[in-house]
Amino acid sequence: MATISRPVPGTLVRPRRSAGLWADAWSRLRKNRLALFGLVLVSLLLFTGIFGPLLAPWPYQAQDLKAVAAAGGGPLPPGSPNHILGTDQLGRDLFSRLLDGARISVSVAFVVQLVILTLGVPIGALAGWFGGRVDNLLMRFTDIIYAFPDLLFIILLSVAFRDTAFGQAIDGLLMVFVAIGITSWVTVARLVRGQMLALKETEFVEAARAIGVKDRRIVTRHLLPNGMGPIIVAITLGIPGAILAEATLAYIGIGVQPPRASWGSLIAEGQKWIRSEPHLVTFPAIAIALALIGFTFLGDGLRDALDPKLKGKQ
Amino acid sequence: MTATAERPPEAHVTDPRNIVEVDDLKVHFPIRSGIFKSVQGSVKAVDGVTFDVRRGEILGLVGESGCGKSTIGRAMIRLREPTGGHVYFDGTDLGGLGNEALRKMRRRMQIIFQDPYGSLDPRMTVGSIVSEPLDTHGLAKGQAKRDRVAELLALVGLDPNYVQRYPHEFSGGQRQRIGVARALAVEPEFIVCDEPISALDVSIQAQVLNLLGDLRKRLGLTYLFVAHDLSVVKHISDRVAVMYLGKIVEIGPPDQLYSVPGHPYTRALLSAVPVPDPTAERKRKRVILKGDVPSPVNPPSGCRFHTRCWLYERLGQPENCRTDDPELTVLEGEHRAACHYSAEAQKTDVGVAHIDDRPVRHGTPDAALAYLAAEKVEDPAAIDATDSARLEAPIVVEAGIDEEDPRTETPTA
Repeated sequence: MATISRPVPGTLVRPRRSAGLWADAWSRLRKNRLALFGLVLVSLLLFTGIFGPLLAPWPYQAQDLKAVAAAGGGPLPPGSPNHILGTDQLGRDLFSRLLDGARISVSVAFVVQLVILTLGVPIGALAGWFGGRVDNLLMRFTDIIYAFPDLLFIILLSVAFRDTAFGQAIDGLLMVFVAIGITSWVTVARLVRGQMLALKETEFVEAARAIGVKDRRIVTRHLLPNGMGPIIVAITLGIPGAILAEATLAYIGIGVQPPRASWGSLIAEGQKWIRSEPHLVTFPAIAIALALIGFTFLGDGLRDALDPKLKGKQ
Repeated sequence: MTATAERPPEAHVTDPRNIVEVDDLKVHFPIRSGIFKSVQGSVKAVDGVTFDVRRGEILGLVGESGCGKSTIGRAMIRLREPTGGHVYFDGTDLGGLGNEALRKMRRRMQIIFQDPYGSLDPRMTVGSIVSEPLDTHGLAKGQAKRDRVAELLALVGLDPNYVQRYPHEFSGGQRQRIGVARALAVEPEFIVCDEPISALDVSIQAQVLNLLGDLRKRLGLTYLFVAHDLSVVKHISDRVAVMYLGKIVEIGPPDQLYSVPGHPYTRALLSAVPVPDPTAERKRKRVILKGDVPSPVNPPSGCRFHTRCWLYERLGQPENCRTDDPELTVLEGEHRAACHYSAEAQKTDVGVAHIDDRPVRHGTPDAALAYLAAEKVEDPAAIDATDSARLEAPIVVEAGIDEEDPRTETPTA
C-alpha cells in the first residue's frame, strides 16, 4: 500500500502527551473544594485505619484504673491528664479506642467493596454483555437479593453462621463484613449491566467488532474502561452505607466483640453515661459523621469530575 | 454457527467481477413484549434485497431514515446477522463462516461510521485506536507498528505526531479521518461508508469526500456509500440504488436514474432536492409525499409505496399496485426499477430539473459538485497529470488544533 501524503508541511504540531480522561477528571476534581475536603477526610481515615494503633497513646484495652479511682470512679472527662478525650468507666482511653475503631471502619469499607467488586462487576458484566437468557437469569437472582430487607438478612446471616464450622473458621467481624457485602453488590451489578447495555450498542464497539476484536477484549478494553466512572462513583458512595451498617450492627451487639470496639459499639456503651459524660457518645458519633461526609463529598466530586455532563443531576 | 456451517452449498454462481453479491437478504428485528417476552412481530428492516457490488465501484445507497439502508450496510459485512438470504464476499458465503474464519475475513471489509464522535473510543489515544486492527490481526509490532500508524495517519492527512492525543481533542472532520485510518489499517478491499459525511459541517464534507475519492483511486477500494442526500451520491457514485421500506425500488447509473427515473418514489425524492437555479426550480414539477413512511412491522400489501404514491392516484388506483409486489425489471441497460408502471413514470417530468447540461458557473455549488464529479474516474490509470498534482498537494488539516487547545472551546458544564 502506498502512502499518499507526506506529513503536512508547515504544521506546528509538537509531539506531546496530552491529558487523558483520567488526568482531565483529576484537574476537575482539584477545583472542587468539597471533594477535596472529602478527599482529606478519607485520607485521614485511611491513615488512622492503617497506622492508628501506632499513634495511640494507650492500647485500646488498657485500663487506667488508678486515674479512674483518683477521680472517684466513673468515666474521666475529656482533657484529663494522659487522656485527651477522656476514658470510659473502666478507664480505657477513648482516643485510643476511636483510633482502633477507625481500623474496623476502614476494613469494612475495603472488604465490602471487595465483595461488591468480585460479585457485582462480573455478574453485571455477564448479564449486560450476553443479554437474553443469561441476563434474565442473573437479574432475577439479583432482584431476589435486592428484595431482602438488608439489615435483617445480615443479622440472620451472622447469627446463623456464627456457630457453624464456616462461622468459626472466619472471625465474627469478617462474617459481618461478608454479610454486608452480600446484600450490597446488587446495586453495582445493576449499574454495570446498564453500562454494558448502553456501551455495547455504541459505534466504537461496533467498529471493534468490524475489525474482528475478540469479545473478551472488547469487554476489557472498551466496555469496562468506559463504564468505570459510574462504577467508581457508586462504590465510593456505597462505602458510607457499609460503614453505617457495621456501626448499626455493632450498636445492637453483632460483629465486633469486647474488649475491641468499633464506633458503633462505643456509642452503645457510652449511652449509659449520656447525661453525665456525653463525650462517650459524641466523639464516636463525630467520627462516624466525618467518615460518612468524607466519602459522600468525595463520591459526589468524583461523579462530577468523571462525567461533567451529569453535574447537578442525581 | 454450526447450523449455518452445515448448510449445503447453494447453487449460487458468483460473478468474479463482483466483490459482494447480496442475494435475497432479509434482516428482521423481533419485537418482544409481555412478561414472557414472546415475539409479537418483527421490524422488517431489510426485506428481500438482491444486488451486486462490482469491484472498484462506488455504489450509492439512498433512502429516507428508517428505510433499512444502514442495516443493509452492516449486514453486508455481517455486523448484523441476516434473518434470511446470503451475502457472498468474493465468492464466499459470509453466513457460512465460523467465528475464526469471519475474523480473518474482516481484514478484507471495513466500515466507516456516520457519527465521528461515537465511533472512536473516548478512553483510547489516536495511536491505540489506529493500531487496534494491527494488534487484532497481528499485522505489526513494536517499531513497525508505530511506523505503520504514522503512515496511516499521514495517509488520511493527519499529523503523525497526534498519536498520543485523545479523540475529544479533535474536530469532527479530523475524527472522521481517524475513523478512516482505522478502517484502512487492515488494508481492506471493500468499505461500507455509512453516511460518513452527514454528521459533518458542509465545509468539511467536501474534504472528507475528496479524501475518500483519493483513497479509492490510490488503493483500489470499493465503496458502498450509504447516504440520504441524493445530490452527493449522484456526483460520486458509479451506480445508485434507492431504497424504500426495506426494499430496493430502483437501481442504475446516476445519469439515467436522475434524468429518467422509473420509480415514482425516486421522482418524489428528486423533487425534494433543492435546485440552485430559480428558473429551473420554478419550472420543474414537484410532488410532496403525503403522510409518513408506513411501519416496517406491517408493510403495505402489493407495492409498498402505493399508500403514498402520486402515480397510483394519477392512474386511478390500479389494482395490481395493491396486490402484486413489483420485481426489479430492466428499463434500459443497467437501469432497473420495481414499479408496474415505470414506463408511465418515465414519461412524466415530475421531480426532474433540467439544469445538468448548462455551463457551470464558478463559485456556485454547481461548480463544487462538478469538481467532485470529475473525481469519478472509471480507469485508475486515467488520472491526469493535473489531478495527481492536486493529490500531491497537502491535504489541509483544519486549523485550530495546532496552536491552541480545542478543549478550551468546548463547554464542559
